[in-house]
Amino acid sequence: MAGDWSGSTGLGDSWDESEPLVRPYAVTRGRTAPAVPLELVALVATTDSGMAAIRRRGRLAPEEHDIAILCMRIHSIAEISARLKLPLMVVRVLIDDMARDGMVSVHRPENPDRPSPELLRRVLHGLTRL
Amino acid sequence: MVSPVSKRAPTAVKVLVAGGFGVGKTTFVGSVSEIEPLTTEAALTSASLGVDDTSAVHGKTTTTVAMDFGRLTLSNNIILYLFGTPGQDRFWFMWDELVRGAIGAVVLVDTRRMADSFPAIDFFENRRVPFLVAVNRFDANTYEYPLPMVRNAADLAPHRPLMYCDARRPDSAQTTLVHLVRHALELALSGDLPDEP
Ligand SMILES: Nc1nc2c(ncn2[C@@H]2O[C@H](COP(=O)(O)OP(=O)(O)OP(=O)(O)O)[C@@H](O)[C@H]2O)c(=O)[nH]1
Ligand SMILES: [Mg+2]
Repeated sequence: MAGDWSGSTGLGDSWDESEPLVRPYAVTRGRTAPAVPLELVALVATTDSGMAAIRRRGRLAPEEHDIAILCMRIHSIAEISARLKLPLMVVRVLIDDMARDGMVSVHRPENPDRPSPELLRRVLHGLTRL
Repeated sequence: MVSPVSKRAPTAVKVLVAGGFGVGKTTFVGSVSEIEPLTTEAALTSASLGVDDTSAVHGKTTTTVAMDFGRLTLSNNIILYLFGTPGQDRFWFMWDELVRGAIGAVVLVDTRRMADSFPAIDFFENRRVPFLVAVNRFDANTYEYPLPMVRNAADLAPHRPLMYCDARRPDSAQTTLVHLVRHALELALSGDLPDEP
């Protein structure tokens, strides 16, 4: 499938860094955390720094290492949880930390409450072209 | 190695597949998904499973207690996730998270046990989540129930899409999804939806 991100592999898989990655973080008690927990379908991709960290032993905790390897191809929070058999809560905390350290980039749904008509049109278009 | 055509970040959307116990949710998700359906780890003890009446569902060997999901990559940089909602009422606490941001829901109905899907219908009606009702074709006698009868029994509004589908067939499941997204788009354009679910 042309432009199929799921089918591509390797270093080139993190997206254009000029795109908005993580929506604004609220600063609470000196620690930054997402104001709203990461969505099940928030997408995660390992960055170049993440790739470098994979190669240097000891830079990442074992679970973080597994996430960085998995997300060389884009995966959602739900997929990371299922593939690595980690509870969703744990995945959210780990991704949050890794995003702050620049190991992964996170792309959250554009509208967390309801997809826009514009997005629905794109989905419809994509579905009818399958 | 294929390099991505676009460096634009993909967009993720999700659709819920709901309905009573053993109605074919996992089958539906699996027939459109490009990956083997995955299951998230839910902290459930075997004691909490209790007893469920599966006698009407022949050949059913597994019980899905957590939500399972699949993925469909559309060519225009959109990844569609399909979540099969937990079939049993006591897992409704998970639905809040599933509903948030969803395009809508496909509620599957088994005409032999129609009432099993009523809680799902009520839930999405109350939340004003776009949904359609699809009668899963388990066998030939599914057709003993004409759709107007199903609409009546489930007390569905006249505008609510109601159709047959065969959860085992990718083309049928895909057509069902097209109808759902079209319905969601119509509702969004008619301004019939609240800003937040
Ligand atoms: N004959 C027939 N069998 C079907 C059809 N759809 C599903 N089944 C079978 O019905 C059984 C239940 O289907 P599932 O997809 O597991 O149902 P489910 O809704 O995910 O079940 P729970 O998650 O346990 O609530 C399985 O054995 C399927 O193979 C259908 O259209 N026709
Ligand atoms: Mg199931």
